[in-house]
Amino acid sequence: MTWEVVIGLEIHAQLATKSKIFSGAATAYGAEPNTQACTVDLGMPGVLPVINSEAVRMAAKFGLAIGAEVAQRSVFARKNYFYPDLPKGYQISQFELPVVKQGQVQVEVDGEEKTIGITRAHLEEDAGKSSHGDFQGLTGIDLNRAGTPLLEIVSEPDMRSPKEAIAYMKKIHSLVRYLEICDGNMQEGSFRCDANISLRPKGQQELGTRTELKNLNSFRFVERALNLEIERQIDVLESDNKVVQETRLYDSDKNETRSMRSKEEANDYRYFHDPDLLPLIIEPEFLEQVTTTLPELPDAKTQRFVNQYNLSSYDASSLTSSRELADYFEQVVEKSGSEAKLCANWVIGDLSAFLNKNNLDITESKVESGKLAGMLQRISDNTISGKIAKKVFSAMWDSGDDADVIIDKKGLKQVTDSGAIEKIIDEVINNNPKQLEEYRGGKEKVFGFFVGQVMKASKGKANPKQVNELLKQKLI
Amino acid sequence: MSLPKEEVEKIANLAKIALTESEISMYTKQLSDILDFVEQMNTVDTTDIIPMAHPLDATARLREDVVSESDQRDHFQNIAPQIENGLYLVPQVIE
Repeated sequence: MTWEVVIGLEIHAQLATKSKIFSGAATAYGAEPNTQACTVDLGMPGVLPVINSEAVRMAAKFGLAIGAEVAQRSVFARKNYFYPDLPKGYQISQFELPVVKQGQVQVEVDGEEKTIGITRAHLEEDAGKSSHGDFQGLTGIDLNRAGTPLLEIVSEPDMRSPKEAIAYMKKIHSLVRYLEICDGNMQEGSFRCDANISLRPKGQQELGTRTELKNLNSFRFVERALNLEIERQIDVLESDNKVVQETRLYDSDKNETRSMRSKEEANDYRYFHDPDLLPLIIEPEFLEQVTTTLPELPDAKTQRFVNQYNLSSYDASSLTSSRELADYFEQVVEKSGSEAKLCANWVIGDLSAFLNKNNLDITESKVESGKLAGMLQRISDNTISGKIAKKVFSAMWDSGDDADVIIDKKGLKQVTDSGAIEKIIDEVINNNPKQLEEYRGGKEKVFGFFVGQVMKASKGKANPKQVNELLKQKLI
Repeated sequence: MSLPKEEVEKIANLAKIALTESEISMYTKQLSDILDFVEQMNTVDTTDIIPMAHPLDATARLREDVVSESDQRDHFQNIAPQIENGLYLVPQVIE
């Protein structure tokens, strides 16, 4: 039997406000436990929630960015459940009337464009954090996070593989950061994801029974957990059993998913309109104002990079994966005056590799855009070859010096004097009579050997193009 | 419409309310009466009516995104049954 995978994601993006969604307590990450939890967050009797206008503005901004209708009137609801990380006994969320209605985003998987529908996005408050195991028979509760504004972004079940799910998640991740409504920090839990996944026989219309995977706090974990769950569901289905609708927790240490609780029972949230909050009205003037604050979005930027800089769509979308990276690239192009393709190769290639290796963000790069631009100018004017440039770049990264200083200090200037190059070539030919004979006997592959020897003898400084040309003449 | 007794027990359980046998039968009757009343309202044609979200005909006032609360942890934790390292302690919620 061929199975078709159906995936939908619920993404929780913490909105980057200073204060909480319904109270004036701070939202900063990493504070001492419970020092940012006020009477509203603690659910004390007699307190009332008041909506943070910035959270509303951010939600509206997201709605506009995904081409959705931003509801002129939306309503907050109580989602009732008992858990000590939520002292009120309910979470204030939105249910029937969310702030952002249907929208969509485009993702690219294996070179193919696909539209993923977004059902809705709604505002809600985050819960606190519980820590188990540190106290004998007790659970510790930190309510600093309780009341932090969240935008829950619910997708349609439009994804057909873990790869598509990751592409969609990355798209939303990049979008919220472009919009500056969420810092996207997955380690700190600012951007989290639950995945709904089911299988059905290929060709069948009706959806199979789904499970919900929780605790997916990195792109890699989402992909791993989904792949595990697909295998598990196939095993269940092919041994003629039924998939049970349930919530499963992904355990990254054991790399397994396990059942958390039966969903039917837990899902009885008895939503009702929160009588403490009046309907939220978003006036057209407010929306117009938000529209003027929209930045150039990833898709538009990618398209512009293709047109303006003549880059492949692959390069362009790598560069626009974050707003900061795209800005860095454009600065390099502007400051160096070099060919955009050369700049793109360095930003996507060596620079990104160094950043990854050191676990740094582009904003923390040891080589700032002006310095990289300076080095690229030296490639463009033939002072150094691309190969030597790698050495220069590495030295720039370590020392923070300008390319020119390093080229000078290390004597890395490219040899373009054909007399000097010829001299090296003659030596190499003299030292390798056997290879010369082979080459002249028709073994053309040996040409590469000679190029290598000459470059080595010149310590990589000979201009490779000249070496090629001169070698060809001499070897005949 | 008569609500099954089990349903009342389930609702009580979800709301974490302990009911005695006599209370269960009392609430079964009262809740059934409410459902009967809802049934009666269901016969009214509400096609063009926007559901009411709040009894007050007013809309939400928004506040500015400003941190206005200071740290009053010690004050709040004074009345907490059990605390440690700044955390509120509660009976363990997972096995």
